[in-house]
Amino acid sequence: MRQELEREVEHVLVSFDVNGELTDLRVPVHKTLLEVLREDMGLTGTKHGCELGECGTCTVLVDGKPQLSCLVLPVQVQHRAITTIEGMADGSRLHPLQQAFAELGAAQCGYCTPGILLAARSLLDDNPKPSRDEIREALAGNLCRCTGYVKILQAVELASTRLT
Amino acid sequence: MRVIGKPFAKVDAGPKVTGQATYADDIVLPRTLHCRILRSPHPHARILSIDTSAARRIPGVKAVITGVELPVKFGILPVTQDERALEHEKVRYVGDPIAAVAATDEETAAAACDAIKVEYEVLDPVMTIEDALKPSKDERIQDYGGPNNIHKLVALEFGDLEGGFARADHIREDLFFFQGNTHLPMEQHSAIANFVDGKVTLWSSTQVVHYVHRALAKVLELPMNRIRVVGASHGGGFGGKTDPFAHEIIVCKLAMITGRPVKCTLTREEVFYAHRGRHPVLMWVRTGATKDGRITAMHFRTALDGGAYGSYGVASTFYTGALQPVTYDIPAYKFEGCRVFTNKPPCGPKRGHGTPQPRFALELHLEKIARDLGLDPVEMKRLNFVKPMSRTVNWLRVTSCGLEECTDKVVRASGYAKRERRPGHGMGFAISSYLSGAGTAIYWNDMPHSEVQIKVDRGGVTAYCGAMDIGQGSDSVLAAIVAEELGLEPRDVRLVTADSDSTPIDLGSYSSRVTFMAGNAALEAAKKMRAMLSEAVEASGKKYEDVSFEQASVLAEARFGTLVTAGSYTPPKIAGPFKGSGVGPSPAYSYSACVVDLDADERTGLVHINKVWIAHDVGRAINPLLVEGQVEGSVYMGIGEALMEEQEFRKGLHKWPSMLEYKSPTFLDVPDIETFIVETNDPEGPYGAKEAGQGPLLPVIPAVNAAVFDALGVWIDETPVTPEKIVEALRRKGKGEPARVGPGAFPAIPYPPSIKVEPPPKDLSVTTAAI
Repeated sequence: MRQELEREVEHVLVSFDVNGELTDLRVPVHKTLLEVLREDMGLTGTKHGCELGECGTCTVLVDGKPQLSCLVLPVQVQHRAITTIEGMADGSRLHPLQQAFAELGAAQCGYCTPGILLAARSLLDDNPKPSRDEIREALAGNLCRCTGYVKILQAVELASTRLT
Repeated sequence: MRVIGKPFAKVDAGPKVTGQATYADDIVLPRTLHCRILRSPHPHARILSIDTSAARRIPGVKAVITGVELPVKFGILPVTQDERALEHEKVRYVGDPIAAVAATDEETAAAACDAIKVEYEVLDPVMTIEDALKPSKDERIQDYGGPNNIHKLVALEFGDLEGGFARADHIREDLFFFQGNTHLPMEQHSAIANFVDGKVTLWSSTQVVHYVHRALAKVLELPMNRIRVVGASHGGGFGGKTDPFAHEIIVCKLAMITGRPVKCTLTREEVFYAHRGRHPVLMWVRTGATKDGRITAMHFRTALDGGAYGSYGVASTFYTGALQPVTYDIPAYKFEGCRVFTNKPPCGPKRGHGTPQPRFALELHLEKIARDLGLDPVEMKRLNFVKPMSRTVNWLRVTSCGLEECTDKVVRASGYAKRERRPGHGMGFAISSYLSGAGTAIYWNDMPHSEVQIKVDRGGVTAYCGAMDIGQGSDSVLAAIVAEELGLEPRDVRLVTADSDSTPIDLGSYSSRVTFMAGNAALEAAKKMRAMLSEAVEASGKKYEDVSFEQASVLAEARFGTLVTAGSYTPPKIAGPFKGSGVGPSPAYSYSACVVDLDADERTGLVHINKVWIAHDVGRAINPLLVEGQVEGSVYMGIGEALMEEQEFRKGLHKWPSMLEYKSPTFLDVPDIETFIVETNDPEGPYGAKEAGQGPLLPVIPAVNAAVFDALGVWIDETPVTPEKIVEALRRKGKGEPARVGPGAFPAIPYPPSIKVEPPPKDLSVTTAAI
């Protein structure tokens, strides 16, 4: 039997801002941010593809910077601001990136889409007019198996044009 | 046309860009238990005993099951019912499921799996095609098929082969190997089941709701009306979710035992074991041609490494020989195919199902023949193109065919004929074809392959169809067709799809069948609804176009009562008069042509693809945005298979069951892709449409290898084209050896005497379907 079942699982109190809402939670210390978002907070828009930091699918923003939520423990992001896909639109008004992804067919199965949208948002926040190579570089950690990336690149460029 | 041919956004784009789409693992039901599966650590072993007692004692464990509880065998094809949800007698690959646990959380379930004691008698594993052809050291993998570990042998001969070769001025033989690779969908397979009031409901990330439904009924020994299967939002399939899977059956059984919802989501490592991906295929091909380049005869042999179970393998085997004559007019053709069992995860259908491997071989083989004869490869291929409205030597019916136009587009746009000649730079050209849906169902029956019902109710319109949108946009196609006929926008059409309780049959998202088949069914249902609405409006003295849809629906409901129409699609009976003719026929074939431009470094062997031009004959683009998306995605996946994607095994173990080590192209690896949509208006497709999701992958791979030869003068006659292989081929060239890396021999295979089939009359007439 695994050792952790024979002893009390250590819990921690964590406090962070998720999509503008202050959140206090008591979670097992080893549970990842990905698991806490999906399982404890019901934010299932954040997806998982490997849970090993290999595919980029679970990307969220921590203080505006992309992080792989499967490799982050909640204690590492105490008192930080986390943005998930659920926090990207302004109410029911889509973010220009979301709008562009929808219009140009940049989401096929849509499973990698939340992670890519957040990574792209971080890019545009820092660099509102990225070149195509800068977009490729910024999104290179996010895999997509459906689109061949073409429509995603076009959608980021379209959103960039509309935002500036 | 207001909707057809217009680049509308996908109808499910909103939920997908906001994180609101509900994939199987996102479904949360109260009291859900979590399931983990214990899998074999051995590639080949007899199970002597399974002791689950310690696992059952762990707090939080609610049920532990083994194969004793699920003894009934299943499999996607009726002829190969060789799988068990849990194996209690013998395991056949590392990852074969043995026992399953339902517990209050996933960690407890995993700990319980660790606590299960299994005693094995380890058997000698069979890991290669060559070994599978020899007698087993211990025992064979499966108890059917044969001799040795051969699963299936086929041999078909069409036309006068000997005469064809006798007429040839030049005969060439080549060997090729296509490496196995996997789908790598971003979403790990996931399923959640509930058992309420004696009825099972399963939500799953499947491509084939109906076939899962059938497998569940068989293994759970329940009538189909006690089972409901729902396709959840789908995170990518590419053929990898086209079999019924062990975990889908297991969660149902565990829900039935515990009375609680049970969910199982595979880990990424387990997804590699679930597999059903591209078969590794060894190929030998011999072709005769006249000196001006006309093919006179072709003999094609394949040997497929099938992995441990049947899966779609019998169909895959036939597919390695079926479509060669669909692009080239081959007057005499012999095909011999063989699939073997090995102790590896089972292979099955991946995008192109059994046809990218022979397409790779065929395109490179013809390229070599053209060079032997001093002919331009494009022109020699073009000389042999099939013609629209014809029958192939192997009884396949070609209706619309845009090969010429596709070739013109990419050759012209790329400047292939006048390409820049500088060291390390090359261009390659290839073509392909694919089915717009398999002409026969997985199990033999005379029923329709797709059905659509439409309900109009006080201004609302809902279309019901079993079709499963796996991201390719099949829901958007259905909405577009209904909207076009009723004078609406796609977003005005509500859809209920992929739910065995509430939707009529559709066989699922495989063989690129949905646009053609569900599309035709939707068109029929929508035309009937439009006729009722128009009749009611005209009876009131107005024209349909002059009233709102709501007004029309109120008038029609007042006149006819509840407004429901239905349409269905059954493929034409076009299979040839011989055994094995069920694999290959399709109501229509798509065609593609591709040019790849690349630079290859002769010191490092690194390949950089500069650009890909691809033209695809889709018949008619119902939504050009989605067609482009399918074509671009196909090109991307083809580049992955050409340059990096491969499955390798060492001592029975998958060498890299992870997304980091299984290399696939990133944003940095995909070149510019220029897509041309060619429209040939197929006589039987809905609005003339054909498939787009699979065909465009096929020409990319041989075009890459042809371009590498163009650049460096070396043939890499296998996939993937890695830097190591290029450097090795250049080393051989430098030593004056044949400038080639590829298989050296084709094994002796006991193919049976071939079934000799007279070719059909060549000309074809088809009347436009009366819809």
